[in-house]
Amino acid sequence: MQKQSVRLGVDIGGTFTDVVLERSDDLFSTKVLTTYSAPEEAIVEGMARVCAQAQIDPAQITQIIHGTTLATNALIERRGAKTALITTEGFRDVIEMRTESRFEQYDLNLTLLPPLLPRNFRYTLKERMQADGQVLKPINRAEIESLVNEIKQAGFESIAVGFLHSYVNDAHERLVADVVGEHMPGAMLSLSCEVSPQMREYERFNTTIANAYIKPLMKTYLDRLKGRLNGEGAVCPIFLMHSGGGIISLQNAAEFPVRLVESGPAGGAVFAAHIAARHRLDKVLSFDMGGTTAKICLIKDQTPKTARGFEVARSYRFKKGSGMPISIPVIDMVEIGAGGGSLAHVDSLRQIRVGPESAGSEPGPACYDRGGTRPAVTDADLVLGRLDPNNFAGGRITLNPEASSAALATHLGDTLDMESQTAAFGLCEVVDENMANAARVHAVENGENLSDYTMIAFGGAAPLHAGRLCEKLGISRLLVPTGAGVGSAIGFLRAPFSFEATRSQFMRLTDFRSDLATDLLGDLTQEATAFVSSCDAQAEIEAQYKVYMRYSGQGWEIPVPFDAALAQSPDAARFEALFEREYQTLFGRSVAGMDIEITVWSVNAATTAEAAQPLPPQPATQRLKAAHSRSLFDAASGQMTRAAQWRRAQMAIGAELDGPAVIEEEETTIIVPKSRCARAMSDGCIELTVRSTEKGAAQ
Amino acid sequence: MISPTTSRSTSEVQYQVMWNRLISVVEEQAQALVRTAFSTSVREAGDLSAGVYDAQGRMLAQAVTGTPGHVNAMADAVAHFMRRIGRENFAPGDIYITNDPWEGTGHLHDITIVTPSYYNETFVGFFACTAHIVDIGGRGFGADANSVYEEGLYIPIMKLADRGVVDQTLMRIIRGNVREPDQLVGDVYALASCNDIGHRRLVDMMEEFELVDLAGISQFILSNSRRATLERINALTPGLAQGAMRSDGYSHPVDLKVRLTIEQDRVLCDFAGTSGLDKKGINCPMVYTKAYACYALKCAIAPEIPNNAASLAPFEIMAPENTIVNALHPAPVALRHIIGHMVPDAVYAALDQLLPGLVPAEGAGCLCNFQVSLRPRSDAPAPPHAQRAEVLTFNSGGSGARPSLDGMNATAFPSGVMTMPVEATEQVGPVLIWRKELRPDSGGAGRHRGGLGQYMEVGAQEGYEFDIQAMFDRVNHPANGRQGGSSGGATTIALDDGTAMQGKGKQFVPHGKKVMMAFPGGGGYGPASERPTADILKDLAGGYITAEAAEKIYGLAPQQIADILARAKNGEAF
Repeated sequence: MQKQSVRLGVDIGGTFTDVVLERSDDLFSTKVLTTYSAPEEAIVEGMARVCAQAQIDPAQITQIIHGTTLATNALIERRGAKTALITTEGFRDVIEMRTESRFEQYDLNLTLLPPLLPRNFRYTLKERMQADGQVLKPINRAEIESLVNEIKQAGFESIAVGFLHSYVNDAHERLVADVVGEHMPGAMLSLSCEVSPQMREYERFNTTIANAYIKPLMKTYLDRLKGRLNGEGAVCPIFLMHSGGGIISLQNAAEFPVRLVESGPAGGAVFAAHIAARHRLDKVLSFDMGGTTAKICLIKDQTPKTARGFEVARSYRFKKGSGMPISIPVIDMVEIGAGGGSLAHVDSLRQIRVGPESAGSEPGPACYDRGGTRPAVTDADLVLGRLDPNNFAGGRITLNPEASSAALATHLGDTLDMESQTAAFGLCEVVDENMANAARVHAVENGENLSDYTMIAFGGAAPLHAGRLCEKLGISRLLVPTGAGVGSAIGFLRAPFSFEATRSQFMRLTDFRSDLATDLLGDLTQEATAFVSSCDAQAEIEAQYKVYMRYSGQGWEIPVPFDAALAQSPDAARFEALFEREYQTLFGRSVAGMDIEITVWSVNAATTAEAAQPLPPQPATQRLKAAHSRSLFDAASGQMTRAAQWRRAQMAIGAELDGPAVIEEEETTIIVPKSRCARAMSDGCIELTVRSTEKGAAQ
Repeated sequence: MISPTTSRSTSEVQYQVMWNRLISVVEEQAQALVRTAFSTSVREAGDLSAGVYDAQGRMLAQAVTGTPGHVNAMADAVAHFMRRIGRENFAPGDIYITNDPWEGTGHLHDITIVTPSYYNETFVGFFACTAHIVDIGGRGFGADANSVYEEGLYIPIMKLADRGVVDQTLMRIIRGNVREPDQLVGDVYALASCNDIGHRRLVDMMEEFELVDLAGISQFILSNSRRATLERINALTPGLAQGAMRSDGYSHPVDLKVRLTIEQDRVLCDFAGTSGLDKKGINCPMVYTKAYACYALKCAIAPEIPNNAASLAPFEIMAPENTIVNALHPAPVALRHIIGHMVPDAVYAALDQLLPGLVPAEGAGCLCNFQVSLRPRSDAPAPPHAQRAEVLTFNSGGSGARPSLDGMNATAFPSGVMTMPVEATEQVGPVLIWRKELRPDSGGAGRHRGGLGQYMEVGAQEGYEFDIQAMFDRVNHPANGRQGGSSGGATTIALDDGTAMQGKGKQFVPHGKKVMMAFPGGGGYGPASERPTADILKDLAGGYITAEAAEKIYGLAPQQIADILARAKNGEAF
């Protein structure tokens, strides 16, 4: 008899470790404070709690899927291993010279993020490949041996190898791997041709070094976790969520730990994509707002948008360029420093600025009464009537509105000659506008128009701001799912096994080589598929194909997806037609008479997603009449109004009410602006749409 | 929405939201250009600008991009367009163009496109953008011209499109005069469509806030910016100081002289006494000098106030006609950045006396750019498929040490452009970059060390020879230290067989030879004797300074040096 499927999703975040257990249609969840020194302890504790809720034994769990910020934090806090780099002679300083630019133009006292490895940990060898893969300067085995011995003597725990143009010809990197294997058996090794085989040496080297740097730490952690869970009786396979939105085996995760960076937020996007699938929505903007940051992601055709790389550890107000590049396949998200704890101040232009500085949980916003005196987004939400002071976090924390008003008056109102409430309105408008701008820019960069999108909002602070964000973005439909507080962990349970293999290989369409393209795509398919079948040998695996293309002479490639038929028999004319269509969508026009080239090839292999269960039928709508009401500021009209007050639990399926309204639940509060009405859907989602009287007049 | 019934402070909140929105609009406008442009300098290096203007041509917001060189130039350019085209000739669907060095942004290689914005058939303002394009004909990008006539095609301020109809005669003239016509035409369209993107977003904003024109928001932005800038200036102690610096120039060394006055409500910067014109194309039109002088002052005095007509106005920059910083037509100006990038160091020489402890020591200044023109070897049979190729690279020396921080290694200042990856450069043409690495000992010694310059070695693939167009300064005049700091390392350039080469101009490199270059470091700040020992040891362990420098300049004992080097080799982090 087939064992009943019992799956555990675990997301280790900065503050909480979220654990969810799913047994057929039942979902149990809990939040445990993250245990920094031994993160597996919080997992064990959380597992015990959800097992007790479900009345099962850990031995009955059939699969554990884990995502963690440990890899990201190790990079941010520089807690990695003692790592050596071996690189091409003449290029020792690639990771230190970066792009040679300043990420902030007007700051004379700018400090750059120090490279991951100090200069004396970066070694060079005489060798050189040409851009087309020809060997310009052969490598000498004796020199490798002597260097490896020097590295061994110096006591390095991990080694990264990055040679110029190794994405075209990896022979020299492989030879170094051989020698290391011989002279330092068991040494942790990361080759740039395996970790990130893409052109652009700074990005590739830095990614490889990051992988090497966190590899010992992550391997130890993953081994310990497996042992600890086994000890508790959970002997099932453990899988890891990766930044591309899929899951990989524990072994692959230990080999390529850099792929675990930002896996938590990726889980959130997968969560939203799953809801999009249930609701049959092809255009979704996911909006995840927590205590310190907000993340925005475009989900098209129920698949989160992906990118070839991103930046971690931004050191300067989340500014582009102030972190370090990691080029791996990743869910493309915009992260901005806007959360419930984000602090506000008035700058020299008498403008209110919000974030990225955050009050965190200690001391927290002023209203927590734990010593915080500066106004945070939560303080403004409280003063505007969006939060109930006696019912915050399920009543566990009593908020003090006087403290919020005082903080708003002292830090904003007095300077700007505004009352506390207007200052609170200003603060919220600024933070909402920041998020809306980020969403708009992200949409435009992807050639999308948000007005035909649906927003899916989750995370503790999102439902408070999502309604206003929709007004600003002209989005007419918003869904707030259940389980929004543990969205990422639920997302882990919805993710397919997947692995994306990419390679840089220039090819002009006027000089297109069908044989080479066929071989390349074949190799990539095999590589990606092998990873996936190592997780699940039986599952059906689907390959998705993509090339990055541009006009010759441009520096910016655009992704062009294509089908299996074209992958089987690659053809220049069809690539050209696909490229021109994508280019027009993005930039409004194509350019005649220019050569077109392919720069990067990518194959993503994934198990076919379980078909999303269709939505249960929606019963007839039932208008709710408010029994309770309270004062609520309506941002669109800029004034206080009387708002109906509801508990989410009281809203039966089909219940409908008009804004302005407040819908409270354990972990968050949904604000229904005056322009919107809310309805409880058959799957538990609360749906906000434009009120009929507002239609036409709205936005 | 902003009606008389809206309370004053509520409308203030809305204006603030709109100001943020306009800044986001121009950033988006600039991003669109980066993504669609063909010119390397735009897409890789960020040499572009984008801005939005009110109906009077006053700049309301400008994208922060890789180049401060367009800062004021952009602010001024739209006024020239208004005067030349004439308000009565504006129409929806119009697009205007120029590359006039004096009414645009300083050389023929920058194309500026201005588009009037209409909302509900009413003219409400402009969008403008500028990009550095690959080629504009003439002698090609370099300093060798004797007048602007040799530097390429000149496009006076005119209509590129009249009510939506593109001037095909102009397009044919452009195509017929440049080396890469498809790319240039592609760039012109990219500029025009980035203005369109800005315009569409502006319309969205005006609809959302129910605006009929930009007068209210313009007034809000400009008055707040003016007030904030004046507050900053009036907090300074009034005074007057002179500053000077000398750089290589082309035909003769160039002296930049600055007389800086801080007064009530304004800062005056006068370049009287500066050298006259150079015979070759490193002369700088006033717009470009203003941009860099203003940029330097804003960084020091009011860094967080966004650029717009009001925040720039209190910084008044002047220079006598036909000095090298106010070159008039028809002076050659293609490489005006070589002088322009030195302007901030000259301004800081004066400002340091008025506001001590604020500005950095001199740095590498101008970017260390070069272009290589590769062709099949002429001294012996070349490979059958060898083709000509042009490769332009942007590189940086070290920045000057700061009053409380070291200078930045291989980091551009005042320019903010990016370098290109070596792997990408080598995909463009048969060039080989054999070395691109920090240059030890090139950071000027001091309590805070200057940023390190870099080594580059450049050759060609088998079967090719090439010309290198050098655009380097600081060969004879390295970056000076400040407050007792030492100078940074000077630029050097030679062939690998030792043959000497010039810092500027086009020079031939035979088959099989490499060009060996060392780019300058930044000056040090404060006496080297005051440098904390921990910093010296770190520099030594990382090889930022050699053992020799550690002993001779910083006075470390030979035994200690040997000990540190042994520990560094043994894998100790410092």
